[in-house]
Formats: sequence, structure tokens, C-alpha cells
Amino acid sequence: MAEGAIKLGGKKKKSTIMEMVKEILPDGGNLNACLTCGACSSGCPATGLEGMDARKFLRMAALGMDEEILKSNWPWMCTMCQRCIYVCPMKIDIPQLIFNIRAMRPRDERPKGILESCNMAMKNDTLSAMGTTEEDFQFVVEDVLGEYQEAQPEFAEMEAPIDKEGAEFFLNQNSREPVTEPDEMVPLWKILHLAGVNWTYGSKGWAGENYCLFIADNENWKKMLEIKTAQVHKLGCKTYLNTE
Amino acid sequence: MKPSSEWNRERKIKFTLQDPCQIVRKSFGDKIADDLRYAVKACVGEENFVDMTPNKSNNYCCGGGGGFLQSGFKEQRLAYGKIKDDQIKATGADYVIAGCHNCHAQIHELSEHYGSHYPVVHFWTILCLALGILGPNERTYLGDDLKEVNVFHPESAM
Repeated sequence: MAEGAIKLGGKKKKSTIMEMVKEILPDGGNLNACLTCGACSSGCPATGLEGMDARKFLRMAALGMDEEILKSNWPWMCTMCQRCIYVCPMKIDIPQLIFNIRAMRPRDERPKGILESCNMAMKNDTLSAMGTTEEDFQFVVEDVLGEYQEAQPEFAEMEAPIDKEGAEFFLNQNSREPVTEPDEMVPLWKILHLAGVNWTYGSKGWAGENYCLFIADNENWKKMLEIKTAQVHKLGCKTYLNTE
Repeated sequence: MKPSSEWNRERKIKFTLQDPCQIVRKSFGDKIADDLRYAVKACVGEENFVDMTPNKSNNYCCGGGGGFLQSGFKEQRLAYGKIKDDQIKATGADYVIAGCHNCHAQIHELSEHYGSHYPVVHFWTILCLALGILGPNERTYLGDDLKEVNVFHPESAM
């Protein structure tokens, strides 16, 4: 015989994460109506990693198991791909919960690889996570463009402008190409050239990667967006084109 | 500007496509996934395109997103990607086209790690190949079967 019935909710411990779960329910949504159907976790590639899955994670949040949740590395193994919310009949935003939990961990205890990439991006207004400066980017782009204009005369008039005012499209560029495989920038330039697209890179904010978002650093993520939008507006571009 | 799939008429090299979560499910939905297929088929030939199952908005993430690639949890990331590698193998395709930088890096690693060694290419590579304007130095991710095909200015090889 048990010594006594287990009392649920006897201890009034305030759960921050549970409050958060309530906030991310869609309009009219009710967490108590979650049937724990498991559609979320059955179609999630992260199911089973660290002994965790999306349904279990949400139940732990609902039960106020904040400590266990914050100790888990699973929020860094969920890619926030949103397939769970896509199939959830209640549209419970688990990826937003994951993001908020990432943000609850002290900044310097978050995964180093992502953290350092965010820190590096904040060093230059280029926002390059590889630390590429405006000068280095300009040098690589002009150097590669010159080579191709000469070697492939059909593209002698091809452009790869930086800070061209009034361009229709502001195109970003993942740092990996200019830094490690510059020839890979060219096919896209050719396509844009043949299609007659009026585009430009920006000396500031050209880098497409965004690790401050992944590390859940809202303050620096906001700063990045401000630098990018300021450059887009300064040049008078109409569309910000996120390549890949 | 019209791509041609003539280069693949006899070769019959099969291609599948990773729908990037960010572009498809999270941003523009099935409409852009259909547009992407229209463009891919124009480049490789309708009969040489094989879809993964499930696909479009219902597609599985490859495991390269959300910072996973840089998080240091490599073993878990590769385990996450097993379902993607299985999906790709089930199509029987020779090539994977990735429309996203993170997907490209992750699926490329899956292809090595799980031993299937299918090449993973950016769409810009295939579009330029089909337009006949892909030079010899723009073929890093093409397999040996396509390194010499439809080469634009072969004399400029470095």
C-alpha cells in the first residue's frame, strides 16, 4: 500500500515555461484540448534524440518541469522546421516554445559554434559570420567578376555591383562562397544577367547567414536587421532577396 | 532565356529535390514548391525527376537548419538526418538538388556519412548547365558523370 495518495499541484511552484505555453496557444486554443495524439512527434526527425520528442517536451512544459527542460540539450537539436505545428490539429507553436527556451539559457552557456558565429557577425557591418570585411568582400567580387568577363566574353557586360543605388533587388550572399569557393557565386550572377535583373549587393549587410537568430539572441538579431534594412533603404531597393 | 534538358535525354540521370523548410513550409507554401519543380523539370527533363515522399509543405527537415550544423551535436545531427538519407535512397535518384545553403551542407554530409555518395548540387548549377553557360570551374559539386558535359568555355579550366 502506498502511504498516501500522490497529490498533484499541492506545491504551488510557479512555472515560467507553462506561462509561456499558454501565451503561444493560437487564438481560442486550449492546451487541455491537446489529445496528446503524437502527430507532432511521429513526423519529427528529432524524435528519440536525447530520449526526447515534441509531445513529451510539451507535456513536460505543461506539468511545470522547468528544471528538466532547461537542462536538456534537445532544444538545440530541434531545427524549428515547423512540421509539428503544420500537422498539429490545435496549431500549438512548439517551435516558438523551443526558441523561447533557447533564450532562457545564459548566453555564454549556449552552443559555442553558433554563439561564436553570432559574435563574429556583430564585429563588422557586413554581418559576415566568417568575419569578412567590406574591403575583402569587394576585392573578391571584383576579382572574380573580372576573371569571368575576360574568360567568357559572352558575359563581358555582366555586373556584380555593390551599393548600386536604385537597384530593384538587394541580394544577400552566404559568406561561404566569397570566402571558400568564390566561383560558386558566378552561376547566379549569370542567371541574373541573362534575365536582365537590376540587382545589387550591399557593402553593409550583404551576409545572408543569421546565427544570432539561431542562438536566440534577440537583441543582436534586431541589430542585424536594422543594419540590413538601413542599407536597403539607403540604396532605395524595392526587394530584399534572400538567396539560399 | 530558355533552359533545355537535351543534355539529359540520353543520359537519363535522375534528380530529386529537397524542399527547404524555410522557403516552402515556413514562407511561401506549395505554390513555390510547384514553381521549383517546374524549373527543375525544364532543366533535367520531366521523366528524370523523382519526388521524395512526403514532400512540399509536408517534407522532412534535413537537419541542417536552426543552427544544428554549428551546434556541435554532430552525432545527433547525423542521426536526425537518417530519415532524409533513407528518403533520398528510396527515390533511386542519382542527384539531390538543394535549394538552401544549410540543406546543401547537411545533405552533402549525409551522402558521405551513410555511404551513398550521391552528389548534392545547388539549383543555380543545374540551371546554368541547362542553359549551356556553366563553365569548367563552376562544377565543384557535380559528380564525375557531369564534369565534362555541356561545358561553356572549356579552355578556361583552372
